[in-house]
Amino acid sequence: MTAAILLEAALKTGAVLAFLLGLAGPLTWAERRQSAMIQDRLGPVMANVGPLRFWGLLHVMADALKMLWKEDFVPPKADKLLHALAPMIAMFPALVTFAVVPFGDTVCSGQLWEVVPKSGTCAEGIEMQIAPLNVGILWLFAIAGTGVVGAALAGYSSNNKYSLLGGLRAASQMVSYEVTMGLAIVGCLMVYGTVELPEMVRWQDAHVWGIVAQPLAFILFFTAAVAETKRVPFDLPEGESEIVGGYFTEYSGMKFGMFFTGEFIEVIVASAVLTTLFWGGWNLPFLCRDGVHLPEWAGGWHLALEHFWVTLIQIGAFIGKTVAMCWFQLMVRWTVPRFRYDQLMRLGWRYLLPVSLLNIVITGIVMLAWT
Amino acid sequence: MAYKVIRPPESAVQSLYVPAVVDGLGITMRKFFRNAFGRRKDTATLEYVGTPETTMPYPLRHRGLHRLTQREDGSPRCVACLCCSTACPAQCIFIEPGEYPEDDPRHGWERYPVRFVIDEMRCIFCGYCVEACPCDAIRMDSGLHAPPVVKRSDLIFEKERLLSMPGRDGKHLHKNPRPDPPDPESYSLHDGARPPLVDRGASGRDGAGT
Repeated sequence: MTAAILLEAALKTGAVLAFLLGLAGPLTWAERRQSAMIQDRLGPVMANVGPLRFWGLLHVMADALKMLWKEDFVPPKADKLLHALAPMIAMFPALVTFAVVPFGDTVCSGQLWEVVPKSGTCAEGIEMQIAPLNVGILWLFAIAGTGVVGAALAGYSSNNKYSLLGGLRAASQMVSYEVTMGLAIVGCLMVYGTVELPEMVRWQDAHVWGIVAQPLAFILFFTAAVAETKRVPFDLPEGESEIVGGYFTEYSGMKFGMFFTGEFIEVIVASAVLTTLFWGGWNLPFLCRDGVHLPEWAGGWHLALEHFWVTLIQIGAFIGKTVAMCWFQLMVRWTVPRFRYDQLMRLGWRYLLPVSLLNIVITGIVMLAWT
Repeated sequence: MAYKVIRPPESAVQSLYVPAVVDGLGITMRKFFRNAFGRRKDTATLEYVGTPETTMPYPLRHRGLHRLTQREDGSPRCVACLCCSTACPAQCIFIEPGEYPEDDPRHGWERYPVRFVIDEMRCIFCGYCVEACPCDAIRMDSGLHAPPVVKRSDLIFEKERLLSMPGRDGKHLHKNPRPDPPDPESYSLHDGARPPLVDRGASGRDGAGT
């Protein structure tokens, strides 16, 4: 039994890792290609294997090769240990936060090829989630909060003024926006009545999606999530035009690649969490556990589907929504210019924080009036 | 000295910031969808396929490298009148005029360039030479820009090179409708008689024109 649990966990971890790393690479391509589309350019399209070019997707491979072969330079007076440790610490929370994100409904392992009942869940099933923790979203915040350590350490250990400035900026920015991030979620927690992510998704399935129930929280959480991923318009820790390269100025080769990949993995994780909290996770409209149900006004048509296919469609829906949110984050990244530092702080503390508190109050009042 | 920047007061909608972001997203998304999936793309850059020689064709009125047009028999249409070299503000054209031999039908009718040299490095591509030419002998419609060279002398183009360059349409012929002596039509201008000779003296430089 233990071996089976271990194997199950290993398989799920492998699948999630493959998904995260496999999507982070194309995201680097998508970012450049998408910006090219927005700016009337073509973007990277020339990397080829023989006549095959795959719309420039091979640039991802070329980039990875380049980073692996580049010299791994460490500044002579840098703290060697911390300098080497920082990229790992920066990448670790990005990967680990995904552990609590459910990417599918609980699979009834014995009834894969049967049509299961429309409602309810399988007690003895495989959870489509690496770590079914009862603290759920709190784990997510706890781990995401350590993300600041990597950036701050990188800035501190590089023995470079610009790195230090970038590290400082990263530290204060991420701590500031974590407050908003946490408070924005409180409204959702009140509505859903749980901190476990799969339960939240089930609530959204039974009632309405989070974007309808908590639209303000979505905007707040989205803003805070972009700030947490340290991307434009909140990329002050990097701030190329002001402080060279920010906290990873002194990084080269694959160590820089780890910061870079970590950033994109954070984008994916943020998208996955946004999908889970606000866009109904694995749910699709009219898709129930026993197949497709169209409502009465649309003819009441019903198509019975085996559990296997339903699960597959649901996981596909989750991935599709996550990719769409990634795309939207890239769109925002190429739309909004970078904040000045005082603007960033003012936005975080004087606008987002009071609004998130207000959201909690309004949610409470509405819930009281409702019941 | 610090400047006091006076900013207009923000309206409530402006200070909300979100509507402005939504506006901006509308613009970027419109661009994105048009360029990614639309039929009519705005993309300004060229796909760099195959070779570095893939370039955007210059507009038709582009003034590029000069070329000398040819007659039917392949000889230069140029009559060595020196109009172009006179008009040239950069003084990059050098022409050494020569007289056709005695038995040539064009002898006494017009001259020809023994040497015709353009220093493309000195040229400012103003196009005055083309405007000045009375017989469509020099053109700048090759569609080429001055190529990168190793030696400066590589950009000093001699007559043979200028003659060998085709126009945009790949042809060498001129479009001057005036007939020339080997062409029997030219005699009709003078009642079927051979055109009168003009005594230009020994140097061949004086007494030009009729």
